Amino acid sequence: MEPTRVLSGRKVLRVVWLPGSDRLQGNCHCGAVHIADDPVEVWTWLLAHPVGHEAPAADPPPPARPEPALATAGAGS
Amino acid sequence: MTGVTISLTFVVEECPVSTIPRNQWYVAAYGREIGHDLFSRTICGESVLFWRTESGDVTAVSDRCVHRRFPLSQAPSRLVDDQVVCGYHGFTYGADGRCVAVPGQTRIPRTARLTSYPVVEQDSFVWIWIGDPARADSTRIPRAPWLDSPDYTTVSGMEPLQARFGLLVDNLLDLSHETYLHGGYIGTPEVAGTPITTEVDEEAGIVYVSRHMDDAECPPFYSKSTGLSGRITRWQDIEYTPPCLYKLHSRIAPVGVLPNADGTDPDAFHVEVVYAITPETENSTHDFWAVARDFALDDESVSDFLRESNRTVVLQDVAALDVLEQVIATEPEGYQELSINIDTGGLAARRMLAAQLAQSADRTAVAGS
Ligand code: FES
Ligand SMILES: [Fe+2]
Repeated sequence: MEPTRVLSGRKVLRVVWLPGSDRLQGNCHCGAVHIADDPVEVWTWLLAHPVGHEAPAADPPPPARPEPALATAGAGS
Repeated sequence: MTGVTISLTFVVEECPVSTIPRNQWYVAAYGREIGHDLFSRTICGESVLFWRTESGDVTAVSDRCVHRRFPLSQAPSRLVDDQVVCGYHGFTYGADGRCVAVPGQTRIPRTARLTSYPVVEQDSFVWIWIGDPARADSTRIPRAPWLDSPDYTTVSGMEPLQARFGLLVDNLLDLSHETYLHGGYIGTPEVAGTPITTEVDEEAGIVYVSRHMDDAECPPFYSKSTGLSGRITRWQDIEYTPPCLYKLHSRIAPVGVLPNADGTDPDAFHVEVVYAITPETENSTHDFWAVARDFALDDESVSDFLRESNRTVVLQDVAALDVLEQVIATEPEGYQELSINIDTGGLAARRMLAAQLAQSADRTAVAGS
């Protein structure tokens, strides 16, 4: 059983080691998802990705619940 | 007269860049270690003198006399009521670090004051703030309430580690090493074989790593303490609040036994394994460890067993990390490590520590300019 989300902060980054595979799925707090082959890649993506997060919006974006693994492997990186 | 100049001050040598974040709370000791006797411990490269005052509070000041830097913890320095008298020439200081008497003269230099450190006693630990005292906020100290809760029984200790604290952080954030380094104690094949989920809350300063094993062998550490003999559900949930406090929420139950929907969990055994990772110097660390359990509360034999076992496990880590420190200290620059999935949590912790370090370096640079 995969552990459920634990931390409740507004800006939690989450990396799930996809069961039965060697791949890591990075979930940004904005809802964006990226699947990577190793932890350096997944953190690099998560930390570089949020161009646009800090857009001059008055409020932080609502914490979106990331969809599980919509097979974005290889795309969008 | 020859042209010899005598320098009246010592030049402070330029030290290499530190890896220890300042402006942070660190565990300095267990409360039980400090009584009405002088107690000295080096924390983050600073020699600190502790004692418990008549009122019962722990006080912490620099362990170096401002006169000629004789250690105030060193006999014949001594405590007289709540004042410490330097054993070299008699400078006398109050619990707040202020010099109250010097020999032979009535005027006490204004700068005669020991650095005084904010301290908080909480959850059986003595926490100390290393950095700018104006920024010490005791509400930010992470909690480990089990350690002095009547609902838990705790065994604890501290082992000196001759390695940089970052190596212990790496070690504790990746428990797959239990399978190899601690086989026969806490390691079983399932630990290294089970994927982890990692969460990072940068704002709150938390790295969380979960490894939930649904059907695992029960290692002796848990079979002997809980009495479970068959295969188990074993959950390891790491909650690390850099730089110092590390908590492993460990849940052990027979296979298939899960917590109730309302969060109660009466049929599982819970063990809170707490570490406080306190740098002593750049290359040595105080490895505080505690094991709190919510079962067999009054069973001394379980306490003895868990104390002995956990200490053994900690010493296995210490032996390995002491060697690793020597390897790192003597290797040529530029060694490239290789990280794989098991390192996801460790990398997040390193990043957070690096951010804390950059922040403390900034502050120091501002303060020094
Ligand atoms: S060194 Fe302490 S009084 Fe001189
Ligand atoms: Fe270990």
